[in-house]
Order: sequence, then C-alpha cells, then structure tokens
Amino acid sequence: MLKENEPLLEIRHLRKNYDANDVLNDISLDICKGEVVVVVGPSGCGKSTLLRCINGLEPIQSGEILLDGLPITDGKKKWSEIRQKIGMVFQSYDLFPHMTVLDNIILGPTKVQGRKREAAAKSAEKLLERIGLLDKKDAYPRQLSGGQKQRVAIVRALVMEPAIMLFDEVTAALDPEMVREVLDVMLELARSGSTMLIVTHEMQFAKAVANRVIFMDGGEIVESSSPEEFFLQPKTDRARRFLNIFNFEK
Amino acid sequence: MQGLGINVLFMGNNLPRLLEGLLITMKISLLAVALSIVLGTLLGMVMTLRNPVTRCLTKVYFEFNRIMPQLVMLFLVYFGLTKLFGINLSGQVSAVVVFTLWGTAEMGDLVRGALISIPKHQYESGAAIGMTKLQNYRYVIIPQTLRRLIPLAINLTTRMIKTTALIVLIGVVEVLKTGQQIIEANRYTVPTAALWIYGTIFFLYFFTCWPISILAGRLERKWQN
Amino acid sequence: MDLNFIEKYAPMYVEATGLTLRLGFIGIGFSLVIGLICSFLLYYKTPVLQKIAACYIELSRNTPLLVQLFFLYFGLPKLGIMISSEGCAIIGLSFLGGSYMAEAFRSGLEAIEKSQVEAGLSVGLNHGQVMRYVVLPQALSISVPALCANVIFLIKETSVFSAVALADLMFVAKDLIGLYYKTDEALFMLVVAYMIILLPISIMAAVLEWRLRYAGFGN
Repeated sequence: MLKENEPLLEIRHLRKNYDANDVLNDISLDICKGEVVVVVGPSGCGKSTLLRCINGLEPIQSGEILLDGLPITDGKKKWSEIRQKIGMVFQSYDLFPHMTVLDNIILGPTKVQGRKREAAAKSAEKLLERIGLLDKKDAYPRQLSGGQKQRVAIVRALVMEPAIMLFDEVTAALDPEMVREVLDVMLELARSGSTMLIVTHEMQFAKAVANRVIFMDGGEIVESSSPEEFFLQPKTDRARRFLNIFNFEK
Repeated sequence: MQGLGINVLFMGNNLPRLLEGLLITMKISLLAVALSIVLGTLLGMVMTLRNPVTRCLTKVYFEFNRIMPQLVMLFLVYFGLTKLFGINLSGQVSAVVVFTLWGTAEMGDLVRGALISIPKHQYESGAAIGMTKLQNYRYVIIPQTLRRLIPLAINLTTRMIKTTALIVLIGVVEVLKTGQQIIEANRYTVPTAALWIYGTIFFLYFFTCWPISILAGRLERKWQN
Repeated sequence: MDLNFIEKYAPMYVEATGLTLRLGFIGIGFSLVIGLICSFLLYYKTPVLQKIAACYIELSRNTPLLVQLFFLYFGLPKLGIMISSEGCAIIGLSFLGGSYMAEAFRSGLEAIEKSQVEAGLSVGLNHGQVMRYVVLPQALSISVPALCANVIFLIKETSVFSAVALADLMFVAKDLIGLYYKTDEALFMLVVAYMIILLPISIMAAVLEWRLRYAGFGN
C-alpha cells in the first residue's frame, strides 16, 4: 500500500532505443495520486513512446518503472495484471468493430476481472451516462462519430477502475468540432480526482487541466513546471522555441 | 538383397522416360495456357460490355467451368464428343480442348476484374493531357492491367500444370502412366518401386511448380502499388 | 436419351454422391483444423514449427492431389504402411486442403491491425484472450470468401477418388460407359450429380459473402 505522499507512478532512469537511436534517454518522473501531468513537445521527442513503455507495449533497455511502490518492468509480474491498473486511450480509438459499444466496454471487466455481466453492464451504463452516450450503448462503432468513439474508448479504459489513465494524443485524429467534447470529458475526469498522464498538442487545454507540465525534446525531459510557469515564462530556450510555434502574433 | 529400391530410377532409361512423361504434361498445359491467355483476354473484354445477352452467356460459360470438376469436363469431351460427333479425339487433344475452355473462362474473369479495377479517372487522365483513346489504352491502361494480371496468370499456369495430371485417368501416357509402366515392368526385380517412383513424381511436380509460384509471388510484390 | 436406363442406374449415382460428400466433408473438416493451426503458427512466428508449417504449405500447394493419392495408396504400402482407400482419400484431401485453408486464415489474421491487438492488451486481456475475442472473430469474417472458395475447390478435387479404387461418381460413369455404351446417359447423370452437389454450395457461399459484406464492420 502507498504510504503518505509516496508517488503512484515512479519512472527511474528509463532508457529505450530503437537500433542505434536513443528514443528515451534517462527519463525520471514521479506522478502522485490525483495529479494531472501533461507532456508536450515536438514530434518524435518520445512522448508517445514513454506512454507505451509505461503500459508495456514497448520493451525498455534499462531503468525501472514502479506502480504503487512495486516494480512492473522487472518481468516478474504479468502485464495483463499490471494493465488492469493502467488505463490507456489511443489516438486511433481502436474500438472493436465487431462488438456493440456496451460489449466493447464490458469485455475487460467480464473476461479479465471476472465480473458478472449484469454488474459490469451497470457500471458501463453509469459511465456512459456520465459522458452522455447512454443512448448509444447498443450501437456499433461504425455508427458513431470520431468524437463519440473516442469518448467510448475513454469509458472502456475507465471501467477497469485503473489507478492511472494514460492519454496518447487522443484528439489528434479528430475533426475540430469533436475535439471539444472529448477534452470536456477529460476535464471532468481531472476535476473528479483521476490520476492522469496526458500527451497532447492542445495548449489551451493543457493550461486548463494540468497540475504539472513536462516538456520533452529529443528523448529527454527538458522542463518540468506548473502550467503558469511553463506557458508564461519557460525556463529553457528549447521550450520557448517550441511554444512560439503556437504563437501567431504578427 | 536387391539393393535399395531407389535404384529403379537409375536403371535403364527410367528417369529419362519419367521426364519425358512430365514433358508431355508440360506441353499440354503450356499450350492450353497460351491459348487461354489469348482467348481469355478477348473474353474478358467481351465480359465488360454492357450487353445483357453477352453478360448472361459469358456468366453461364464462366460459372459452368467454375463448378464442373475438370475431370468431368475431360470425360465429357473425351467420351462424349467422340460419341456425339463420331470424331475420335485423342486424350491429348481432349485435354487441350478442356483446359483451354477452363483457362479461357478463368483468364476472362481475371481480365475483366483487372479492367474494372482500374479507377475510372485513369481512363480520363490520358485525355486530359491530349492523348487519343488508343494511346490512353496503350500507355496508361494496358501497363496497369498487365501488372495486376501477370502474377494471377502465372498462378493459373501452376494450377493448370497440376490439373493436367488428371489426363492419366483418360489414358494419356504422361508421367504417372509412365511411372505405372516402370513399376509394372520391375514388379519382381524392384518390389518397392512404387514408393520411389511416386515419390519422385511428387517432387518432379513440386520442383516444376514451385519456382513458377515463387516467380508469381515476387512479381506481385514488386508491382504492388 | 434412354430414360429407363437413367431410372435404373440413378441409385448408383446417388450412392456415389453420398460417398463423395461424406469423404469430402470429412476432408474439409480436417483441412479447416490443419489450416487454422498452421495459420496460428505463421501468425505468431513460433520458432521451429513456423518453418515446418511453411514447408508443408509449399509442398502441398505445388503438387496435384492425384500424385499425393498415388503415393499414399501405392507407395506407402511398400514401407509397410497400409491405408484403406477411404483413408487415403481423406488424408490426401486434408493434406491438400490444409494448406489452402491456412492461406485463407492467415490473410484474415494479418488483415487485423496491430492497434486492435494493443487496444485489447491495454484493457488487460492476455494474448490468448486478444486472439479469441478481438482478432479471430474479425479475421474469420474476412477469411470467409476464401474459405468458401476452398470448400468448392476441395469438393471438385474429390473427383479423383476413383484413382484409389473408390466407387465415386467418375468411377460409376466410366463403368457404365464401358459396360453398356450408354455414354450420353451416363455423362448426363454425371453432370447432373455434380450440379446438385456444387450449385447449392456455390449459392450458399455467394449468399454468405454478400451478407457479411453488407453487415461489414467497416471503419
């Protein structure tokens, strides 16, 4: 069990490379319960890879990750167990096209956690209601818009009651009108105390939702500060240059 | 001890005879393939015409060939035509007729599929830069059609070579029949001949068809755009 | 056309049809199992077994069923392995069919994007569960057209069973032609018999494909 003030997720000296390239170089990061950490940075800086390493979708070369004080990267625990505590939402939502929305959501609880179908369906429906999609529970993914699919994907991850939620550029593939509905869901989650690690390009959103902003570049954490500090007075040159991309003043 | 049965292959001119038998199989199938490509291309073009009569006729022709086992077709031609028209078709000629009919149907369908899979705007793009319809066909449509077609046609060739083995059942002397003759002739001297002869024939077919299918695979990957 | 002859000998055709269908479907059944197993070996790239599966597929796809049957029926006894006619027929058809089914299943499996697998894993499913609940259902519906085409192909291939002394349709036809010279009638019944076998299967396959295409999950 976690002691007072012990971080929920600890990443220590994480290193990952692809062939000869260093994709992640000595990353260390702690996230506490209830914290919302946003990771920003230019393309290819390794932000998505970091999330995928935390979830075990990518192997790491050295370093370790601890969840709830226990190491998860030493190969002793099964990833299928670990992943129940880590919820992940992908850019391409990836709902299962051959199942209804409800079935998509309760697949995890019933098959992995062994919950009964009725109980799982109840939890699923409660969450669907929370995001306003209860009427779509028997629809198939192909009948939903991109924004709706992404919201369902979030519910699919939430229903497993994970300790931490990872969001990998979840609005990057959406049409602009639908981005807002997804971000609203994420804001609500943050307000209700979820622990979240978010990779995004939506700067306004990042300012509003984050407790802490991490700036990554070239596989390293370059800056780590509060959103006010980061957006108004970035400490490093690289951060400044990055933020300028979003600045259109004449 | 009569020595290893495999020796039967090296006795007399057994192995050359087997290869000759295989050659007959190859000749028949390659001739049928050649005819099928020509006729099939024509059929394929006909199949894309919008005329309901041609559509119906070609569809019936195609479906009949698709459903009837080739061996049944061989029987129909070899036994049936002989009686019907009083002409005496040899097994080899029957085989060429049957496989050409089958191959034409398949090629026709392939050509039709290839022609309709070319996006409509390709037919127009040539016109947009000033080509005549004929030039458009020659430089834009046909090369693309060929690229889709050739690997599939090579695949058809392999299938035809394998199916030609059936002609032994209407009495043609090809590799299997030759094998049977060798086994019979050596019934007392090499009692295990059947094992080695049929095993060899198995690998003869394999080493004939396998390189061809690898070629088709390579071309298909190379031209996949 | 001598209708009396047809009436008299139709039962022989019926019996032969029964034989063809029985052996055919047993062979198809085994083919599906062999094919599914091989496709998993290829998909998961299991060390040694993958190579064996690949070799098997190449050998089986590049040799005619007739040659395989001759080897099984005439060749193996020389090694002391005696298999009945029916056994040879089933083994031969399964050997041939397995590789065709393997290709059909494999292309279905490979059509499923990796991201689907990752989505399944992220919810805590293990690899077996991902295959069972996420990948396989989708892959199977993609494979259906090829699987159906293979079924039709294998039923057609059963026409060589007379080569291993089975009283199948070709045998009956040839027998009647040889004995009674009633070529027209014998051939007519032969064509009808195969039509009766293959037309329904062909139509069912087309219907199945159509239904799956329109119920398609599309993205």
